[in-house]
Amino acid sequence: MLETARQYRRYEKSPVEETRAFLEKIRSDPFNAFVTIDEAGALRDAQAAEELLKSQEPGALAGIPVAVKDNICTRGLRTTCASKILSDFVPTFDATVVKRLKEQGAVILGKTNLDEFAMGSTTTSSIAGPTRNPRDPSRTPGGSSGGSGAAVAAELCAGALGSDTGGSIRMPASFCGITGLKPTYGSVSRYGLVAFASSLDQIGPMAPTARDAAVLFDAIKGHDPLDSTSVPRDYGPTELDGIDLKGLRIGVPEEFFGEGLNPEVKAAVRSGIETLEDMGGRVVQIGLPHVGYGVAVYYIVATAEASSNLARYDGVRYGLRAQGALDLGDMYALTRATGFGPEVKRRIMLGTYALSAGYYDAYYRKASQVRTLIAQDFRRAFSRCDIIVGPTTPVTAFRLDEMIDDPLSLYLLDIYTIPANLAGLPALSIPCGFDSLGLPVGMQLMAPHFREDLLLGAGISFQDRTTYHQEGP
Amino acid sequence: MKAYDTVIGLEVHAQLLTRTKIFCGCSTKAGLSPNTNTCPVCTGMPGVLPVLNRKVVDFGIMLGLATGCRIASRCIFARKNYFYPDLPKGYQITQYEHPLCEGGEILIETGQGIKRIGITRIHMEEDAGKTIHDEKAPSSYVDYNRSGVPLLEIVSEPDITSTDEAVAYLRELRQILMYLGVCDGNMEEGSLRCDANVSVKPAGSSRYGTRTELKNMNSFRNVQRALQYEIERHIEIRESGGEVVQETLLWDPSRGVTVSMRSKEESHDYRYFPEPDLVPLEIDAAWIDGVRSGLPELPFARRKRFIGQYGLPAYDAGVLTQTKTVADYYEECVRLLDRPKEISNWIMTEVMRVLNEQGIAITGLNVSPEMLTGLIALIDRGSISGSMAKEVFAEMAATGDSAGSIVEKRGIGQISDEAELRSLAREIIDAYPDEAGRYRSGKAGLLGFFVGKLMKATRGEANPKLASRIIKELLEG
Amino acid sequence: MKITDDEVLHVAALARIRLDDGEVRGLRSQLDKILGYMDILAAVDTAGVDPTHHPLPLVNAMRDDLEQGCQELADVLRNAPQHEDGYIAVPRVIGQG
Repeated sequence: MLETARQYRRYEKSPVEETRAFLEKIRSDPFNAFVTIDEAGALRDAQAAEELLKSQEPGALAGIPVAVKDNICTRGLRTTCASKILSDFVPTFDATVVKRLKEQGAVILGKTNLDEFAMGSTTTSSIAGPTRNPRDPSRTPGGSSGGSGAAVAAELCAGALGSDTGGSIRMPASFCGITGLKPTYGSVSRYGLVAFASSLDQIGPMAPTARDAAVLFDAIKGHDPLDSTSVPRDYGPTELDGIDLKGLRIGVPEEFFGEGLNPEVKAAVRSGIETLEDMGGRVVQIGLPHVGYGVAVYYIVATAEASSNLARYDGVRYGLRAQGALDLGDMYALTRATGFGPEVKRRIMLGTYALSAGYYDAYYRKASQVRTLIAQDFRRAFSRCDIIVGPTTPVTAFRLDEMIDDPLSLYLLDIYTIPANLAGLPALSIPCGFDSLGLPVGMQLMAPHFREDLLLGAGISFQDRTTYHQEGP
Repeated sequence: MKAYDTVIGLEVHAQLLTRTKIFCGCSTKAGLSPNTNTCPVCTGMPGVLPVLNRKVVDFGIMLGLATGCRIASRCIFARKNYFYPDLPKGYQITQYEHPLCEGGEILIETGQGIKRIGITRIHMEEDAGKTIHDEKAPSSYVDYNRSGVPLLEIVSEPDITSTDEAVAYLRELRQILMYLGVCDGNMEEGSLRCDANVSVKPAGSSRYGTRTELKNMNSFRNVQRALQYEIERHIEIRESGGEVVQETLLWDPSRGVTVSMRSKEESHDYRYFPEPDLVPLEIDAAWIDGVRSGLPELPFARRKRFIGQYGLPAYDAGVLTQTKTVADYYEECVRLLDRPKEISNWIMTEVMRVLNEQGIAITGLNVSPEMLTGLIALIDRGSISGSMAKEVFAEMAATGDSAGSIVEKRGIGQISDEAELRSLAREIIDAYPDEAGRYRSGKAGLLGFFVGKLMKATRGEANPKLASRIIKELLEG
Repeated sequence: MKITDDEVLHVAALARIRLDDGEVRGLRSQLDKILGYMDILAAVDTAGVDPTHHPLPLVNAMRDDLEQGCQELADVLRNAPQHEDGYIAVPRVIGQG
């Protein structure tokens, strides 16, 4: 991304040619990374960028072709959330992140595939059909931002935006062998992100390298008065030269290396940690005694919020409306029965149950209390270390025909990514090796609130020293 | 029939007079074409987020202070989940646990003296849009212009024991809201709405009876009628050995009955939970003090002060403090002219009559306090009579001219020119020598005869006091 | 068993989702398993622990009472499945929601 920007400035490449080349590749994309391609819009953006580049201060992303997950609103461009219920929905406004990308001259190529309403880990439940992993098309790219992950890995865009509620950026980053950042809750505006779970959702960058992720992150972060949960503070630019790891205390939680972790993943992450040590980092054993409850807490809190957030898809103002209903009640029930897929229904049901009379205290309230204990675990841990490192996912990308059909087992794939969402912490996934099939393994780095500089700095330095992120499919 | 105690609690929704809606920058103006006063936020488009209007909190704190509530140092918003076409997000943002205000009171005047009605809580929430039903059409129609207009919900304790008390409470609350300038108090147009919980129990019993909830009472009269009907219905059911069913009822003003809101749905389960899109509110002493310093004097206190300070009868004080603007008008008049009772009489009769006739508020009256006191001063100086003054006032209200210019223009000023009157009086006395003689020999009652002649000769425009003095002087001199 | 068929139907009614018999059975067994897993939370001592509803301790995010302007009617109606004379039309409401 940085190299492309330099080439633009030296007129070695032109945004329009670059955009045409990307669009050409996307048209013959065998991985089904996109739900909607916006050729006209992208070329318009690219032409505007040509002009921009002649000016004194072209934006940092002038002419850079990016992709946006299809649960982020784009004015005048269909935004489906990969759901039948929104299959024809055209937003009348841009999400704040999209506005910021455009302001900095980015070219938006189109909207990437996801699990319906970002609920899933496989990018298979989409109205646009499943996305395939560019590393091995018989396998899932992970989810829910699998379209963005695949688009970046297949070089169909220079970078992409994903959203992460319980691991939806990091998991596909890990499965596709790219870099993905889930920022601190409140550092990137959620205005225009179609809500799944409001207290957990966060938009973040997905890119070939930590350096590119940092450029994208800098472009979208910052306070937004339209999002009450956006944090007003000074957001300085990220140092793109990496950081000196000497003396950096690297917390390794034993809970992240227990039962259920694939031995090959474990070995790759261990070797990644050794590299960090070689670079001057100091490993500290830490304990996060309550993270084991994370999945249970998450699937109560997230589904409870989702059951409410998805109530607006009722066939009244926009989206699908079931025909032939006798009255309003009938229309609601039919619209939602036909408009939502099985996983979305399952989660709405679970969340409705967790909030319903007689169960609120045992489920929603209890989960919210345990959430406090998990956040406390991290606060304690960060008094002893600067970053926490472990695996992003317990396994590598699995075959689409070996899909796990048991929901609970799929939920447990999020075991290492969920805690950062519950505690609002920033977390980065970077490639740290391969399994015996040559599938990429992701290493997750977590830091205290607003310390993306540590994560991206360490990631950049790690990638300057390793080649895992460069080894293509 | 046994004696029963009535137990009533009221839930009042007041639409706030903010410029914009509670969670977006759309205006709160009413009466616009359908759906033209909306944005992605108040129509619940995917991806939108609410941002709280600070003024709504200020208004809530104001009402809390005015009713003696504790203002929460920390409060949160919650989602109330239910489906209805005019509720665009499928939930209403309201407050549930930790509301803005708790534990206040409103004092009302009853036949037995002053009574305290407790306020359980006051909380902030958003209004829904409007659904228009057409019995014949296969469709209902939705307008979201009202969606997101800010409301305060004021919940009373079940301290109200009669329909009269309920109405008195509602009037007092409405008056406070209007004094504070937070609500226009218009019940017919729905900017003030009242729901009630009603139950009866055998006199003296400490156990509450089963309650019903009444909705759709859009005037004081309908509140009175609906509550009366419902209380009688409860008593009848109990007298006939039946049991009151806990349910929500709609008042049908045309038939004068309450009707069960039969709902196909199973019992409501609103699944309240803390609104994750809004952060908690922390209200410190400085914020509260800032609001307090802007609080006007409230009606109850002002009534008491009017009685003490201006020596007004309780009735006058009540009428004059009905609205803040009238009370302000009155006090401005008294400041200009120290005639508190005369001014009160003028406002309660002539001013109120004009307001009613013109259907305006006192702020729209053509006659300013300066002009009204100017008119009263003319009477005091003897320039015009009291009955003339009423005509002059009517013209002032119609035209906006001052009393002086009207009097001058119409030439209706009393003849106060002593020389002119004296010469007229002489002519009259000369014309009735017999009567003059009888007066001088002690028939003092004939003074009126001469004054009457003089008044007639001036077509009533002589200053009567002056006329009387001159006649007396001439006859006796 | 954590949840019955009737409870599944009750929850589906609250959520306004029509389910066929097969879906009811499937959801009952899936939810039963998931809720069974949630039981691990019961073992956590949360006495005196405040619930977390926001991952960051933000307070008092507010805006001033200033008009921002509304959207065009065409934008309101753009995605509407059915509208008449500026109103959004819906199948007739029977009873109250």
